[in-house]
Amino acid sequence: MSDPIYYWQALNQALDAELAADDAVFVLGEDVGLYGGSYRVTEGLYARYGEWRLRDTPISEGGFTGLGVGAALVGMRPVVEIMTINFALLALDAIINMAAKVPFMSGGQFPMPLVVRMPGGVAKQLAAQHSQRLEQTLMNVPGLRIAVPATPQDAWWQLRQAIRSEEPIIVLEHELLYFSKGSLDQALEPPPMHRARIHRQGSDLSIVTYSRMLDLSLQAASQLSDRGIEAEVIDLRSLRPIDWDTCHGSVEKTHRLLVVEEDSCLAGAGAELVAGLTERAFYALDAPPQRVAGLEIPIPYNGTLEAASIPRPSDIVRAAERLCAD
Amino acid sequence: MEAERMIALLWDMLLARAFEERAAEEYTKGNIAGFLHLYPGEEAVAVGVLHAAEPSDYIVSTYLEHVHAMVCGIPPRTVMAELFGKKDGCSHGMGGSMHLFDRERRFMGGYAIVGETYPVAAGIGYAIAMRELPEAAICFFGDGAVNQGTFHEALNMVALWRLPVLFVCENNHYQIGTEIHRHSAVAEVHKRACGYRIPARRVDGMDVLQVHRATQEALEQIRAGNGPQFLEFETYRFRGHSMADPGTYRPKVEVQAFENTDPITVAIAETLPRYPTPEEIAAAGPDSIGHLADHLDRAGHLPPVGLEALRAEVARIVDEAVRFAEASPEPTLEDARAYLECNRGAEVLI
Repeated sequence: MSDPIYYWQALNQALDAELAADDAVFVLGEDVGLYGGSYRVTEGLYARYGEWRLRDTPISEGGFTGLGVGAALVGMRPVVEIMTINFALLALDAIINMAAKVPFMSGGQFPMPLVVRMPGGVAKQLAAQHSQRLEQTLMNVPGLRIAVPATPQDAWWQLRQAIRSEEPIIVLEHELLYFSKGSLDQALEPPPMHRARIHRQGSDLSIVTYSRMLDLSLQAASQLSDRGIEAEVIDLRSLRPIDWDTCHGSVEKTHRLLVVEEDSCLAGAGAELVAGLTERAFYALDAPPQRVAGLEIPIPYNGTLEAASIPRPSDIVRAAERLCAD
Repeated sequence: MEAERMIALLWDMLLARAFEERAAEEYTKGNIAGFLHLYPGEEAVAVGVLHAAEPSDYIVSTYLEHVHAMVCGIPPRTVMAELFGKKDGCSHGMGGSMHLFDRERRFMGGYAIVGETYPVAAGIGYAIAMRELPEAAICFFGDGAVNQGTFHEALNMVALWRLPVLFVCENNHYQIGTEIHRHSAVAEVHKRACGYRIPARRVDGMDVLQVHRATQEALEQIRAGNGPQFLEFETYRFRGHSMADPGTYRPKVEVQAFENTDPITVAIAETLPRYPTPEEIAAAGPDSIGHLADHLDRAGHLPPVGLEALRAEVARIVDEAVRFAEASPEPTLEDARAYLECNRGAEVLI
């Protein structure tokens, strides 16, 4: 096992490996080429693969994401980078109306090996227009798959799997994860792309979470352990499809469910998880499932208020204690 | 142009007209549902452009695409079956009138969100350029589609990277019910391409030979590696925007003026060694297609059986298409799920 590396480096190595393996792979987006990517994800690749395979685009999210759709229809494997998910609102027609639907509407005639990578989430005082979380919108689209890697190892695995898939896949990254570190073993066999992973075993409650909230949930679990509560922490790794079996198995064991999400609560990933697991495991539950989620407000610029708008480890600890007191 | 090609153009236009009129009839009978947009009046554009294309070119079209699909070689019966929502349709009943697809014939789809064809064609053009192939992506759109952001985004990228894309504007002067001077600050659509340094021309879209020639020239430029081209064809739809639209917003005199330049009439005329004189046209009466049958016969360009035989043959094909569509089975929900997951292969998700 190598030294810990940054999450962005794992993505960079995944792109490098796939660009080298298949001439049909190309990356396009704003500043992905000469500049090396806003978060360094494509650093060094332009020099190695040239401008046709690392294509710097104009600021035209709808246009270049749609261009990716067209290229995928004829067997290319485009990897579209949208600088942040906030700008993906301009590309939703290409993602939802085209990428997700054309293979189906054509009666199964066309491949759609399109990957759209983008960071979402709340970073550091970027204000409401740069702090969007969009998973609730994308989760509701039949035909799309959504991977949410939370560690460098998963970033490496899932991006490579996404590029090799013939289906359209959103790889949802997080601005605050790019410079987080973890170990990466390139030789390890990957699990299936959408399988959840139990990061921490526990018997008192199941914390189901994804993306950056995994780290916060693990911090909370450690604090809870000091207080005698053992939380099982599950990283979903995927928002569509959802690995129900892993989650269900955990709830059958712990009898309590807490979902932690950064996105706001209403009609979000947490709502789906609570509904789906209640349907599956109602009689196994000892208490009503709970959600810790972002507040129902646009993210404020003010740093203190921003921090208060999304879950903190203390919020998770408090919610878990309440849940276990029931 | 050789007589054989002219007859082929005429044949496709006659088939297009007959197919669309029959589709309207089947719609009123309830055999076709949803939105049905029909092409009569504009036949010269699809027929002229696509006869100038090679089978290796990719076609990206809009929701008004039955005729484009058929000229690309998709059999009328599978187009009709798709309109009927049947399993033997060219999209197996999943797409309908607005979403015809045929991968084998490089018919890359009917797209029903206005402005989607540009980026799709740009992406295909990008793939062609990367692979250095002598192919082109032909991108259809209406005059109403040029005010979408994707128009400008795609034209910019295609010009910037010199992609082999032919933009084909079917300017029928209306975005549904809004006349072009009420929806566009610059009503000469081709002039907009100048903003991206894409060579552009306006051509009479009611004259199939002019359409064909202009397209040939544009495609030659593209295949020579000179980047994208832009053609604006002025045309007119004789019907409303869709079956739900009676088209009452258009002045009668305008409709009549365009009907007098019915592209089928013009096509028939052009199979002659000379145009008919105004007196000959006047003498022939109000039937704009029928009155030229005589001229065709005299020119000797039609098969010995004559125009009426062509019409009869077209009608037979359309009849057969309807019978095929009626007999085709309904797709099942299992089919639908299989189409949704068609690209999954042996991949294990979880």
